Amino acid sequence: MTELIEHTADTTTGPVVELSMQQALNRALHTLLAENSDTLVFGEDVGTLGGVFRVTDGLQKTFGTDRVFDTPLAESAIMGMSVGLAMNGWRPVPELQFDGFAYPALDQIVNQVARMNYRTRGAVPMPVTLRLPSFGGIQAPEHHGESLEALFAHTPGLKVAVPSDPGEAYRLLLQSVRCEDPVVFMEPKARYWDKRPVELAEPTEPVGTGRVVRRGSHGTLIAWGAMVHRCLQVAELAAEDGVELEVLDLRWLTPLDTDVLAASVRRTKRAVVVHEAPLTAGLGAEVATRVTENCFGDLAAPVQRVTGFDVPYPAGPLEPQYLPTIDRVLLAVQRTLEY
Amino acid sequence: MPQHASVGRGSITVDHLPPDLARELYRHMRTARDLDTEAIALQRQGIFPAYVSVRGQEAAQVGSAAALDPARDFVFPTYREMAAAQAYGVDMVGYMATHRALWHGGLYDVAASRFGAVNAVVGGPVPHAVGWAVGERLRGDDGVALAYFGDGASSEGDVHESMNFAGVYGAPVVFFCQNNQWALSVPNEHQVAGGSIAARAEGYGMPGVLVDGNDAGAVHRATVEAVAHARRGEGPVLIEALTYRVEPHSTSDDPGRYRDGSETERWRRRDPLTLLREAVIAAGHAEEDALSEIDEQAREEARRIRDGVSNTPEPEGTELFTHVFRETTDEVARQHRTWKEEVEP
Repeated sequence: MTELIEHTADTTTGPVVELSMQQALNRALHTLLAENSDTLVFGEDVGTLGGVFRVTDGLQKTFGTDRVFDTPLAESAIMGMSVGLAMNGWRPVPELQFDGFAYPALDQIVNQVARMNYRTRGAVPMPVTLRLPSFGGIQAPEHHGESLEALFAHTPGLKVAVPSDPGEAYRLLLQSVRCEDPVVFMEPKARYWDKRPVELAEPTEPVGTGRVVRRGSHGTLIAWGAMVHRCLQVAELAAEDGVELEVLDLRWLTPLDTDVLAASVRRTKRAVVVHEAPLTAGLGAEVATRVTENCFGDLAAPVQRVTGFDVPYPAGPLEPQYLPTIDRVLLAVQRTLEY
Repeated sequence: MPQHASVGRGSITVDHLPPDLARELYRHMRTARDLDTEAIALQRQGIFPAYVSVRGQEAAQVGSAAALDPARDFVFPTYREMAAAQAYGVDMVGYMATHRALWHGGLYDVAASRFGAVNAVVGGPVPHAVGWAVGERLRGDDGVALAYFGDGASSEGDVHESMNFAGVYGAPVVFFCQNNQWALSVPNEHQVAGGSIAARAEGYGMPGVLVDGNDAGAVHRATVEAVAHARRGEGPVLIEALTYRVEPHSTSDDPGRYRDGSETERWRRRDPLTLLREAVIAAGHAEEDALSEIDEQAREEARRIRDGVSNTPEPEGTELFTHVFRETTDEVARQHRTWKEEVEP
């Protein structure tokens, strides 16, 4: 039973255009700025330049320097300013240029953005969407390939979204910015230039739902971001040997869709979770626990984790040896089959 | 003015203030002082787990907060701004709830009060003031943000980043530093390179003003001018109000380990409340009897607030889960159910 679900039912009908993820995100920002005059896009180099990945290309020209503007280079102040703008009724969509530079802003993200609604007992909501180019795979300098999702998922008050393809990027960004809660929107840099037909349509599934990208019956691969594509490659290869793997794209790491995990693993009885971040205390541990809590009696083998290693993110030539490879995922699948 | 020069001045003047304003400043400072005394007593009685005194800083806080317009401005406090809250018109029972540890941010309505939640990250709310002020200008409104911080927070990156942002954007922010000369146990000379916080304004392209923080009239005038400057669209201003923390950092602190009591005594004698009272009478703004009447009213108000906060019910346990998200998640809802089943009294 093999069924490739190219475009899920997660859309209403809209025009289909061929777009890269970076272009799809640009379209989403365009839609968001046009539909709500409270929405503001700002960050380092997002205005005149259009962002280092050109995600904000042309937005300043269309919407003006009041709505789309460059900031000085200070990540903490960018996030702190977002808090103040939200307190004044705006809907901030800040960009921090690279994952590793979210660290200087963590105090504002964790101590302020994530807690302001709680601290004020709902008087001051924080509809802030932090766009954060994330993860590795592009042979970038140090601090340009980090995977911070476990940190954000561990912070009460934050929601965390990770698109895996252009269509998902379009819909998830619409949902994130419209959400009344703060969202960390982690964009997988390695997939920015991947072109796909994108249906420019409204999302129909609620925040916090994962999706089945490929159906299979012998095991479930669980991933987010660029690792979804990696898992699809694995599933293709496994299918040649008669092993039909299901691939889940979690999309939302907070809220995490336990139902989609459990429903899949109950059928396939095997689960491999794949992420770029280091192993220990990574989000894979949370996923494995939720699978175990919900499907213990159904599991034919312990949940496997295929992840980065517990080492600092490496320089270019070592990157392919650090990131989960097709072979490592296949070996993990094999371990679940032979258990 | 060299940093410590204001110690020696034995009197202040409020001749420049309208009489009713001078009396209002006195009323708020007197109320804050009495409330501070009540709060220390509540801590001793075990009703407050801890308390941070504002004693000696009432002129800096009331003089500045009273220069704002609570209908269109917004205040960004940290955690030692009780007298500012009092002068700005915040619900003080709700404010003091933070010291009874009923809710970290306090129980007053932040949005309606236009006074930020109590915030324990020193310097953390300062960039919020910049964002708020940028947002005000984007909308074409003329509100001004005032951010309180201390000499300790002046070392924080957020404060420097904020001044730079505000300078670049020309944002209507008043950066109000209460230099009380002690960041817990560390004195100015080990905190402030160059010896002046006000002087840093020049580097950020804004006016920097050093004012005697124990002189309510001087603080008020400096802040009025700064607010007008910002409101006119001329950009941010930094005010350094030089004052002194005469009490310990908090009720858990032991200043005997790090400072000489004689200096504290000298500053205690230069009490901003005494200075203002004498100046109000000297200016002919009020008779002794009228001030005594205000004293009595302030005492009553402080007692009302004390009783109010003492009698405020503790939050329901269910509130643990209520405000985490605007749109809650299945997981928080599940944990809420677990709390109901396994914890709820």
